[in-house]
Amino acid sequence: MYGFESLTFNINDGFLEAVVRGYRSGLLTGADYHNLCQCETLDDIKLHLSGTDYGNFLENEPSPLRTTTIVEKCTEKLVSQYKYLRCQAMYPLSTFLDYITYGHMIDNIVLIVTGTLHERDTQELLDKCHPLGLFDSIATLAVAQNMRELYRLVLIDTPIAPYFADCITSDDLDDMNIEIMRNTLYKAYLEDFYKFCQRLGGATATIMCELLSFEADRHAINITINSIGTELTRDDRKRLYSHFGFLYPYGHEGLAVCTDFDEVRTAAEKYQPYHLIFSRLGYGENQLLDKVFYQEEAKRLSLSFEQQFHYAVFFAYVRLREQEIRNLMWISECVAQDQKSRIHDGIQIQTSNPILFAGGPEVRATRSDGPESGAQGGPTGQGARCDGPLTRAVRCDHRPEVRATRSDGPGTETRVQWTKEIREEDVGAKVQ
Amino acid sequence: MLYMSPYVFSAIGIALAVGVSVLGAAWGIFITGSSLVGAAIKVPRITSKNLISIIFCEAVAIYGVIVAIILQTKLEPSPRGPDGRYTPQAMRAGYSLFASGLIVGLANLVCGLCVGIVGSSCALSDAQNSTLFVKILVIEIFGSALGLFGVIVGIILSSQAVFK
Repeated sequence: MYGFESLTFNINDGFLEAVVRGYRSGLLTGADYHNLCQCETLDDIKLHLSGTDYGNFLENEPSPLRTTTIVEKCTEKLVSQYKYLRCQAMYPLSTFLDYITYGHMIDNIVLIVTGTLHERDTQELLDKCHPLGLFDSIATLAVAQNMRELYRLVLIDTPIAPYFADCITSDDLDDMNIEIMRNTLYKAYLEDFYKFCQRLGGATATIMCELLSFEADRHAINITINSIGTELTRDDRKRLYSHFGFLYPYGHEGLAVCTDFDEVRTAAEKYQPYHLIFSRLGYGENQLLDKVFYQEEAKRLSLSFEQQFHYAVFFAYVRLREQEIRNLMWISECVAQDQKSRIHDGIQIQTSNPILFAGGPEVRATRSDGPESGAQGGPTGQGARCDGPLTRAVRCDHRPEVRATRSDGPGTETRVQWTKEIREEDVGAKVQ
Repeated sequence: MLYMSPYVFSAIGIALAVGVSVLGAAWGIFITGSSLVGAAIKVPRITSKNLISIIFCEAVAIYGVIVAIILQTKLEPSPRGPDGRYTPQAMRAGYSLFASGLIVGLANLVCGLCVGIVGSSCALSDAQNSTLFVKILVIEIFGSALGLFGVIVGIILSSQAVFK
């Protein structure tokens, strides 16, 4: 019953909610980002980060520091915090926390399968997997030849097995099928998560369902935009949209028939939240869409902290932390490649809550745009859709950060880990 | 109803006074306590100040005990009529002790809950911004006044209870 969860929430989850709020107060603020943007070298960044909540996490790293190390260590910190929360959580919080990782599991599976397809070393791929999405038997994914085998050998034991119901075919895995598989899985995951939150009821249901609706709609819009001009049919496209969200069901009809960005814009603008988002873009500025979506997401996530006694704070914290890591990645890359003028293109600093705690505005930077990871030309593709040299039917865009244009040459040693970057880089760069 | 002993009502009243008050206090304490412990991991300085919230909740239990003691001092043997019925005065005394205990118990239950929930938010806000503590404490003070109202009314009601 909405309104009375304050009576019983703290029995099981009060401690962890307070802990996660403590973690959240350690997110980087506007002042921190300001300092970081002034850094000249990666060692400066390390120095500044040691003054924040990150502390001396980079202490034992040998210099010269690499951007991948920084990102790796930041993610490690997030993972250790997540594990601390997870091991003390009771049902239903434990299930909720598990759900947060399923998205990463899907990413990891697709990463390994694609990497195997292009004959990469399994160990190398495993190193690039996101630690939150690991499960036992993940290494055996490399053995499978088609989806049915994949399911039978490995996936049936994972918690995401039910999501494969829609996409088991005996076709051989190739890029197109893998993309469709990824999007189908993600759709099933979002719907499952949505239903779970609804079952929980109360404030969790209200807030999480709204956050997930926004996520689903953003996913739908990204699928639409990325599949413009590819051979994905209208019905296939429609099948990849989730069955919930502000755009469901009539907006999906409109999106399914779109053939260019302006049509997408008209279809989505009819709905209030997207009207505001699209109004921030001028006509033809599709590159900024990503950035604006991230900004909007960060704003909504921060707002979820305004209410107490619900689970959405856990979800919001993990997402905000991931955005922060992306920002740090962008900043480190810019600094490492001496492109400091581009720093502010990739991150957005905004006030996190309209009702500020006394003591000055708290700013939380929103995402950093796709890391250009290793292009010698410096930060390229700032959110430009990487249509890449490969025919990829639909790019998986639930993590739209993976989008630096890969047009400059092969990746260098500064590869960004565990984003779909790897796939594009490993795979796409060869073609150039 | 006429033949029911007034002592039944008084006993239940006294039990409610202390039992339900302590329930409210305990409920409030665990609501505040779990948030306080969690928030203090990151910000240890909040622990000493926020114990005040716990103390307010505890006070609620003390009210309940005090009223129960007062109520039970009113109990005394009462003469019964030839047909086994008690005098109207004794009946009245029994009912008023019952009502008094119920009032105090329920008022303290909701007071404890109120102070507990506000105390939890207070701990979390104090962890983020220490200037908020005193302001939220004022809310808690108003909340704990609710228990006091219950105690006052309960005592007034039971003060006229005479069993003889």
